[in-house]
Amino acid sequence: MSDLALQIAADVRAGRRSAREVVEESLSLIATGDDIHAFLEVLADEALARADAIDRSVADGEDPGPLAGVPIALKDNLCTRGIPTTCSSRILAGWRPPYDATVVERLRDAGAVLVGKTNMDEFAMGSSTENSCSGPTLNPRDRGRVPGGSSGGSAASVAAGFVPLALGSDTGGSIRQPAALCGVVGVKPTYGLVSRYGLVAFASSLDQIGPLGASVADAALCLEVIAGHDARDTTSLEGPVPDMLAAVERPVRGLRVGLVTELVEGTSPEVAARVRESAEALAGAGCAVEEVSIPQFRYGLSAYYLIAPAEASSNLARFDGVRYGLRVDASDAEAMNVATRTAGFGPEVKRRIMLGTYALSAGYYDEYYAKAQRVRRWVANGFADAYAKFDALLGATTPTTAFALGEHSEDPLAMYRSDTCTVPANLSGDPAMSVPFGTDAGGLPVGVQVFAPALGEDVMFALAGALERSAPTKEPPR
Amino acid sequence: MTDRLPEGWELVVGLEVHCELATATKLFCGCPNAFGEEPNTNVCPVCLGLPGSLPVLNRRAVELAMRIGVALRCSIEPSVFHRKNYFYPDMPKDFQISQYDAPINRGGRLELPDGSVIGVERAHLEEDTGKTTHVGGTGRIGGADYALVDYNRSGVPLVEIVSAPDIRSSAQAHAYASELRAILVASGASDGRMEEGSMRVDANVSVRRTGEPFGTRCEIKNLNSLRSLVRAIEHEAARQVALVQAGGTVVQETRHWDEGEGRTLSMRSKEEANDYRYFPEPDLVPLAPDERWRSEVAASLPPLPAGRRAVLAGLFGGSPTQAQLDQIRSVVTSDLDRVVAGAVAKGAPAALALARTANEVAANAERAADLDLDGFSRLLLLEAGGELGATQAKAVLSELLERGGDPTAIAKSMGFESMDEGELREVVARVVAELPEEWDKFLAGDSKVQGALIGAVMRATSNSANGKAVTEELARMRSEARGAS
Repeated sequence: MSDLALQIAADVRAGRRSAREVVEESLSLIATGDDIHAFLEVLADEALARADAIDRSVADGEDPGPLAGVPIALKDNLCTRGIPTTCSSRILAGWRPPYDATVVERLRDAGAVLVGKTNMDEFAMGSSTENSCSGPTLNPRDRGRVPGGSSGGSAASVAAGFVPLALGSDTGGSIRQPAALCGVVGVKPTYGLVSRYGLVAFASSLDQIGPLGASVADAALCLEVIAGHDARDTTSLEGPVPDMLAAVERPVRGLRVGLVTELVEGTSPEVAARVRESAEALAGAGCAVEEVSIPQFRYGLSAYYLIAPAEASSNLARFDGVRYGLRVDASDAEAMNVATRTAGFGPEVKRRIMLGTYALSAGYYDEYYAKAQRVRRWVANGFADAYAKFDALLGATTPTTAFALGEHSEDPLAMYRSDTCTVPANLSGDPAMSVPFGTDAGGLPVGVQVFAPALGEDVMFALAGALERSAPTKEPPR
Repeated sequence: MTDRLPEGWELVVGLEVHCELATATKLFCGCPNAFGEEPNTNVCPVCLGLPGSLPVLNRRAVELAMRIGVALRCSIEPSVFHRKNYFYPDMPKDFQISQYDAPINRGGRLELPDGSVIGVERAHLEEDTGKTTHVGGTGRIGGADYALVDYNRSGVPLVEIVSAPDIRSSAQAHAYASELRAILVASGASDGRMEEGSMRVDANVSVRRTGEPFGTRCEIKNLNSLRSLVRAIEHEAARQVALVQAGGTVVQETRHWDEGEGRTLSMRSKEEANDYRYFPEPDLVPLAPDERWRSEVAASLPPLPAGRRAVLAGLFGGSPTQAQLDQIRSVVTSDLDRVVAGAVAKGAPAALALARTANEVAANAERAADLDLDGFSRLLLLEAGGELGATQAKAVLSELLERGGDPTAIAKSMGFESMDEGELREVVARVVAELPEEWDKFLAGDSKVQGALIGAVMRATSNSANGKAVTEELARMRSEARGAS
């Protein structure tokens, strides 16, 4: 689909184009092109009915909202009323939530049309979308490679042009990393900017929902729709939402940007080269760019892989076969619970539940979980020190471009290392986003990451807009 | 079994009391907090722990928890919710949101009516679990065919009040639990109904030789009444003493009180106990009531039982008898102290007002709220002035409670108008003539038959005679008879 969400919405609102026509195009692209397995479930009938309703409201002189008629895909860990929500796990097979996530309500109220639920690493645990009970998603740029993860299906659905927008969730990079590997824009907002109500939790203190889009402006538009306080999520922030869509076109002259040494060194030479070029591009646009070292970033990954599994071990306890999803019968409740979880969870989920359980156990809590929390605060302090000097930070989103299917699947630590550039912003709660910026020699996309202080999304989107305008190869989305 | 341990042994008890808060809705969602409804009707994604749901703290529950803190003289502190992780089918998230090392109330005390003081270590907020019913087979957890789970109770707000191990007898444990219950009810925090499970007591029991360090404790669960609490503590203490005396050691474990068998049974030992893996609940922000909120709660706290008892005791010039102290405790517990105070304020004698309230009024508690205090005090004055006998006054009071009205008019309609002296003499003489044997004994100085004679007169007059006047007439007749012989 070659049109951007902004254009589609403008056309549909003005009656220049019908939502049905837009949605039919999206559905037809998915029907013919989704051998990359971006979708777990396509909701053709519901989407067409919804498109017709939008067209009727336009005909009646009503405004269906800023996303009128825009086809959108949702990561399958976002609850959709009456529609299967599986987190790509056998343990949730057949579960249809009795309620919609807050973001789903807000998208619908803005006129968006849900066309399907996308594939992901099981319970968002992974960086390649290979940990899905229904098989991997392929990278539309190169089908022998992974799309990244865990929001790989959402990133691939945008990169393949099936939809202009998708939602993902980002716990340690799960929006930004696949966005980078697929060559689309991906945003992890400030923790608390978007309600988590209805997001099946992986690690509650790190999880944030955010958009993936074919352009920076589309991502900004989508985030403005889903952001804002929600009484159902106590951790959601009160107060005004940053002005993001308008910021995309804002001049960046005079902004102080820190190029983070730790997010250039240790990345592949080609990734490092694109990141340095992006810094030069910003300097060319009038930013004051300077290199800055934040040594704490080196310890972020270790802290993350204790805190996230610890919270996950508790969040995933509820999948016990008692009330919903898979149940494997056994002689008593405890045996049923063990049999259900043994059959229902994949190996990576089990690994993390064990890691997290261990990190919280009596006698190990201080050494692991508590120490990781201290490192987390230390990483946040590293950001805070940098933001005393800079308005925003810049670095790579991923250490490499998309890796081959199966390349890291036998080596969990190698897989975990692909999150090294993205994890720090989850630990601090600050916003960060990935913007495509050129490719490697093989034509695989490179993503550069823009960071801003909490609720500094306007500055972040302004810089992302500048990067998008100056990116060397501006490939049309396929 | 008695409260006495063998010479040289001492009982050490700490109580953990869970009380359900009297909120309209649950702790983390808007579902009604109600008892006894159709199973699984008061539920939603949050209290069913459905994937993606999030808790939102109920402000009213925090206020009631703070009330308990103020009533128990705790310090109210910034607190944090923790997750207590363990698997159980009636716990929807397979963790319980509770408070761990930062409870909302810490370091209080509870003074018992006898003046002894029991320390309160903490009183923290947490959510209740669902309720499992084992069906078929033996109906017990191990041998049932299947289990049914009702999640209506899931997420109901609880405060767990943990006493210091300061309790030294089963009677003191009883006194602590009843006083705590009275405080919970008086403060409006809970209805304190043990039979509905809205107040649940677990006892940590150990024994030691006097002067030695604390022994190993066992936690006794399934105490569904204060009577069970007393029996279980006594049984458990005796079991532990016997065990140690026989050369054994007490193992730290959880034990189940079997009311029918009258003994405690091992449930699980510490080795099998869960590692709850507490960690801060990331879905909730820390709870730090500011000074203003704390003072508002403190100011809204209704008068507590100890103060209300002191007010009643003051009506006796500061020196009530032990029996009156017991009556005072009972009327305050039944929330009837305003009846006593109201009657006394209208001129009724304190002792009589207290006695009638503690007994006759309390026995008809559901009507007590509507009792006309003016009529009640006039009735008490009639009785005190000898115009109505005790039996008559109770009959009038019963009518006053049931239907209200003027006590003098009720007495008249019941035929309790004082008989004139001549009429009374006639009746007494007739009755005495019918009971020559008793009369002879009475004349011989056997005062035990006096009751029988008075009773006979009362029956003959359908209770309309004044007991005091009959007694006087009997005495007069006796001295007349003696003088004649």
